[in-house]
Amino acid sequence: MLAQVIFLVFGMISLALLLNLWRLMRGPSLPDRILALDTMYINSIALIILYGLLMGSPLYFEAALLIAMIGFVSTVAVCKFLLRGDIIE
Amino acid sequence: MRMTPRFSWLPTPYRSLLLFVIWLLLNQSLALLHLFFATVLAIGIPWICYRFRDPQPLIERPGLALRYILRVFADIITANAQVAVLILGPVKKLRPAFVRIPLDLQHNLPLTILAASVSMTPGTVSADIYPSIEHLAPDEPQPQRWLLIHVLDMDNEAELIATIKSRYEAPLKEIFQC
Amino acid sequence: MNHWLEWAVAFFLLLGGSFVLIGSIGLVRMPDFFTRLHGPTKATTLGMGGILLGSIFYFSMSPETLSVHEMLITIFLLITAPVSAHMLIKTALHHRLKAVEHTQGEQELKRGQAFASKEGNRSETPDD
Repeated sequence: MLAQVIFLVFGMISLALLLNLWRLMRGPSLPDRILALDTMYINSIALIILYGLLMGSPLYFEAALLIAMIGFVSTVAVCKFLLRGDIIE
Repeated sequence: MRMTPRFSWLPTPYRSLLLFVIWLLLNQSLALLHLFFATVLAIGIPWICYRFRDPQPLIERPGLALRYILRVFADIITANAQVAVLILGPVKKLRPAFVRIPLDLQHNLPLTILAASVSMTPGTVSADIYPSIEHLAPDEPQPQRWLLIHVLDMDNEAELIATIKSRYEAPLKEIFQC
Repeated sequence: MNHWLEWAVAFFLLLGGSFVLIGSIGLVRMPDFFTRLHGPTKATTLGMGGILLGSIFYFSMSPETLSVHEMLITIFLLITAPVSAHMLIKTALHHRLKAVEHTQGEQELKRGQAFASKEGNRSETPDD
């Protein structure tokens, strides 16, 4: 039963990623696109964790942690760039 | 309000505790070696790093702080359910609004915690705290500061402001004693 | 015992997956940037919490191992979600994005924009 549930949740998160992609392409403004990217990295963490569940290996955890950190820093950096036209003043 | 730490070798006890727990979580073990390294890092990192920061008010009432964290967790769950219903419901019926809340808190750390908990909880996102006081001289009088928030579905403005002030700001004032 | 854990894993995974999906639906459905921001910041944190709880239970099913380091990602996302939301909404104020028409508190938005833009930060209080 668990395998079916995992595949169902895979489907849900993939659909969520597609919706994010739509918003990323559609825009209409730059902050909208950054928001879409931000959501995409969070959703991809979920996807990686699920893949680790399916493979039964806890190794994927490190990748998820790295994506969480890099994603946050990049979101803040891009926002800072749009706010000031410069990342480090 | 207390700004200077109680022990000079342990300037930020709660952050040390957090570092200790995080190191053990990363290694997923309670072996003696890991406990030793966790202790060294938990004492060493804050001891080196605390002088990089501006002094901030310290937590005076840890019990209240724990209760505050638990309350925010419970609120996150209810707020999530609420926002999920609003998102799936009819978009036309939403009543989005910008509201500004007068702040009683003065210092950066309590203000950050307030803004973060407002963002995580009841259908609101904190947008800005203004005016900024960084360019003020130390002896200039502090202006009244405002927290600007965006609300997804606002029912009653006065009620919302009263809720945020009593539910989040008042406990924070109590915790930091400022 | 294991049977119950399996149900718990399935429950948390489904809960998390649906919240993540709802957050992304909000991203697509909502009319303006400020309302769009609510879905991903809130619904997605709880969704991730659900999926990570499911993962914790799953890897704890086999005897003698306890997998708790997923808690780290949950804690990290809980701390960073409000910060990135704040940066995003500040960027939106700076770029003077339009809110939907029936947004209440138009004045507050204007004042916020004035403060968020560079001139507002540097000069005196913008007049009401």
